[in-house]
Amino acid sequence: MIYFTIILISIMLLCGIIAAISKDLLFAVIAAGMASFITAILFVFLQAPDVAMAEASIGAALVTALFVLALKKTKRSE
Amino acid sequence: MKKIIAILFLLVLSYGIYLSINSIPFGVSKTKVGNYYNLNGVKDTGANNIVTAVVLNYRGFDTLGEVTVLFLAVLGFSTILFTMKKKKSDNMPTPPSLILSIGCKFLFPFVLLFGIYIFIHGHLSPGGGFQGGAVIASAFLLFYLVKPSEKSSKKSFQLIESLSGMAFIVIGILGLVFGNYFLSNFLPKGIAGKLISAGIIPLIYIFIGIKVGSELTGIIDRLMGKNNEKQVK
Repeated sequence: MIYFTIILISIMLLCGIIAAISKDLLFAVIAAGMASFITAILFVFLQAPDVAMAEASIGAALVTALFVLALKKTKRSE
Repeated sequence: MKKIIAILFLLVLSYGIYLSINSIPFGVSKTKVGNYYNLNGVKDTGANNIVTAVVLNYRGFDTLGEVTVLFLAVLGFSTILFTMKKKKSDNMPTPPSLILSIGCKFLFPFVLLFGIYIFIHGHLSPGGGFQGGAVIASAFLLFYLVKPSEKSSKKSFQLIESLSGMAFIVIGILGLVFGNYFLSNFLPKGIAGKLISAGIIPLIYIFIGIKVGSELTGIIDRLMGKNNEKQVK
């Protein structure tokens, strides 16, 4: 369990770094969505299902979709 | 010189933060209010989900502020998008693939139903109005992915949103009339664990769910279906 959590957190950190430094903004958006999805899983481990639900539905689904739609209206690369 | 002053300032600031954090013991309950909610929450409010009890009963006024913040954010968003000049581009959206269209058509009613379930059962199980509204908005996102040319009336979204926002405040004022204070729980609490229980909490969560769902759907609609509206004219 603890090793699984460590793996999840390291993937999350990697996603966050990719989201911060990536020049391709679509990559950055997808990485940020992945990071918030892993955050939702970690919230379930920490026994906070309310926050996990909000994070999964807003952070992982809606915000990612909004960013992708906004990228469609602007430029893809930084 | 400037940098040295900045570093000194940062050092003093971090020392102050360290002092204030260091005086708080880690991992023990700092205030008694959390324990009170855990022990007496169900008895006081009739809601099984303590988070809902805190959000809508003990801290109901903060939730009204939260809803207002969301409303203002959507208002600003739509103001910017309405005044923005439309750049001329290819208005023909690419048709969705077969897998996407069939899958989304199949999933849309179930996701919608799940969202409605989340906010109706907000006082019994994890979740609530905000989460349920977001799930409903993602259901509409699926719907718009399949049919990008579908025209929806923005007026109806705004009407539903405003009416449910007003209903929240009206319930609060009714609490002022029949109870003691704004947003007081004036309906009978019922048996904890039943669907119809906890007084005004399920009512308010239903209105918040409808409001958040229509707001977020309105955002997605404005982002996805703007070109089509101009095209029709």
